[in-house]
Amino acid sequence: MFSDFDFEVIVSALPFLWEGMMFSLGLTLLAMLGGIFLGTLLALMRLSPFKILSYPAGAYVNLIRSIPLILVIFWFYFLIPIAVKNISGNPYAAGIGPFYSALIAFTMFEAAYYCEIIRAGIQSVPRGQVHAAYALGLNYRQATTLVILPQAFRNMIPILLTTSIILFQDTSLVYVVGLTDFMGAASKIARRDGRLVELYLFAALIYFIICFTASYFVKRLQARYNVGRN
Amino acid sequence: MDFSFLNQPAFSGGGVYLDWVISGVKWTLLVSVLGWIIAFSMGSVLGVLRTSPVWWLRAPATVYVEIFRNIPLLVQMFIWYFVVPEIVPKFMGDWLKTKMPMPEFWNAVLCLGFYTASRVAEQVRSGIQSIPRGQTNAALAMGLTLPQAYRHVLLPMAYRIIIPPMTTEFLTIFKNSSVALTIGVLELTAQARQISEYTFRTFEIFIIATIIYALITLTVTFSMRWLEHRARVPGYIGGASGK
Repeated sequence: MFSDFDFEVIVSALPFLWEGMMFSLGLTLLAMLGGIFLGTLLALMRLSPFKILSYPAGAYVNLIRSIPLILVIFWFYFLIPIAVKNISGNPYAAGIGPFYSALIAFTMFEAAYYCEIIRAGIQSVPRGQVHAAYALGLNYRQATTLVILPQAFRNMIPILLTTSIILFQDTSLVYVVGLTDFMGAASKIARRDGRLVELYLFAALIYFIICFTASYFVKRLQARYNVGRN
Repeated sequence: MDFSFLNQPAFSGGGVYLDWVISGVKWTLLVSVLGWIIAFSMGSVLGVLRTSPVWWLRAPATVYVEIFRNIPLLVQMFIWYFVVPEIVPKFMGDWLKTKMPMPEFWNAVLCLGFYTASRVAEQVRSGIQSIPRGQTNAALAMGLTLPQAYRHVLLPMAYRIIIPPMTTEFLTIFKNSSVALTIGVLELTAQARQISEYTFRTFEIFIIATIIYALITLTVTFSMRWLEHRARVPGYIGGASGK
């Protein structure tokens, strides 16, 4: 059973796995920032009284949310090179590299999920705040950025972080296009050395430690936020 | 756009490419539905255990949920497929490796089922906890035992409350079933990729796959909305506020 469990193979793979982990964390962080930014824009569009803004945003969010992430990754890996060629006008243009392709795919995918959270957050800000802001003479942009979004984000931080932990887990799916994130690194070593048991269990352990610790802190944060609010 | 490739004879298997699409839909649905049966039943038990007043019932359920929630699905998929046959006793491992029928398919079903069970458990728990404590107390005061209170008071309410989040969970397992392609299940996404490789009609086949996923999602969403409406308790505003 575990009698021939080989720790040596994990130790010697650590530098390679570390590089993979940096890829995963970098991808998670940038996709999170991009996703929240784009998600905020989508949420504002969806809540807009102008149908020309709210309909396309709603259609995009509902479409992305109804298809699997892997299919979205395939879509972007197919579309990005075409887009690059069209934009640059050069039919032989090189792509933008695997990291940025993955980043675009994850940002576009996560934006749809962040959008729904942010929309709920914005709607949870009492209407009176909006009226008060307008009554004070603020315009739409000022009311949104100075009054509504700060309050909305304060309520949303725990759930945005929880979503980002899931995003971190989901980045492992770049495996399907052969990228070397943490899981990709583990799987490449596993196949090279024929040590699937060691590497996959180790990967599971590391993911567990990171995600468990992160969700523990999110829970503590949430408990602190809930104090003094009803 | 040119969809005529659907009618062309497929690279292998004797049919046309349309048959590959249909077979992909079939495997996607089979994996999701069988996985969901496991997830729903296990998740219900775990969710009830997590609300139990007895710590040694609560603790194992909590450990289960934390483990399965905090490891990426892809890693779990590989563990079921590559690792489990190696670390179980030898006679079981041998059976898993050589005699098990359709190992990719069943591993995918088990993996998705066990993974989603942890998420279902959390929904069931939050559903039960969103019922006012007075209901439990009233049930116990009327002389019901705790299991009876669960059976006749708490669960009938909780399951109605959690219909919307459970719909989301089903759609999640449905979409997650595409992860099964990593261990070789030829479900819809895998078939779409395969067809694009053989026919170079990438755009068309991805559109078809996207539309199929979206249509199934829509169908499920609308049927569950109907069910939610039918199951509404009169005089109760309902809706899962979570918590």
